[in-house]
Amino acid sequence: MADVNRGNRPLSPFMLGRYYRFQLTSVTSILTRITGNALIVGALLFVWWLLAAASGPGHFALANSVITSWFGDLVLLGSLWALWYHALAGLRHLYWDSGRGLDVPTAERLGIGVIAGSVALTVLTVLVV
Amino acid sequence: MRYLTDRKRAAGLGSAKTGTEHFWQMQVSSAALLILVPLFVFVVGPLIGRSHAEVVAAFARPVPAIVTGLTLAVGLVHFRMGAQVAIEDYTGGLTRRLLIVAVVCLAYGALAAGLFALVRLAL
Repeated sequence: MADVNRGNRPLSPFMLGRYYRFQLTSVTSILTRITGNALIVGALLFVWWLLAAASGPGHFALANSVITSWFGDLVLLGSLWALWYHALAGLRHLYWDSGRGLDVPTAERLGIGVIAGSVALTVLTVLVV
Repeated sequence: MRYLTDRKRAAGLGSAKTGTEHFWQMQVSSAALLILVPLFVFVVGPLIGRSHAEVVAAFARPVPAIVTGLTLAVGLVHFRMGAQVAIEDYTGGLTRRLLIVAVVCLAYGALAAGLFALVRLAL
């Protein structure tokens, strides 16, 4: 039989940690997915704030107090870094998709660039905005 | 001489048959977001924490309203497609189906709520 094990096959990411050592390339790739999915939290907070602004000063006061609290600041700062990280990692993917930069030294340099760039852009944004 | 383009020769292959389409849509939306996200951060970001009157006045102007609308639309559709692939990678069976339905509802729900708020603020 070609497919005896139907339904009982292991799901990703079972290889990670146990069989595969964490590397810069794998960690930066996983972080791309984590940041991308985590951005929904910041997006929902922003949409709620926007909806509150549209419904009037009463609702806005509540949303504004949440978004400017330490919790709101934490979510926004995290989202900001996630946004820059995911944007730079996405740029790296577009570069890879063109068939360039796929050798290990270049990929690792790009990984360091994505991490350093996302931190630098986050600091810059906090200072400017 | 080849009459088919590279993309046309890849379309419809693979187990899902729609991988090329998905790949291309993610490329287009990520390219759009590379322009929209910095605009959103520097145009709309400073509005967070301002007074109600300032926020209402800002979204009545075309640039903040259009940048926000486009970022929400492209960003949430990009999220919907990306999150579905993540769910398909890590879950199976009924859990997978329920999570995909939940993500689609969440993404389009947030998109509709955001655009409704924007229209109400802008008009």
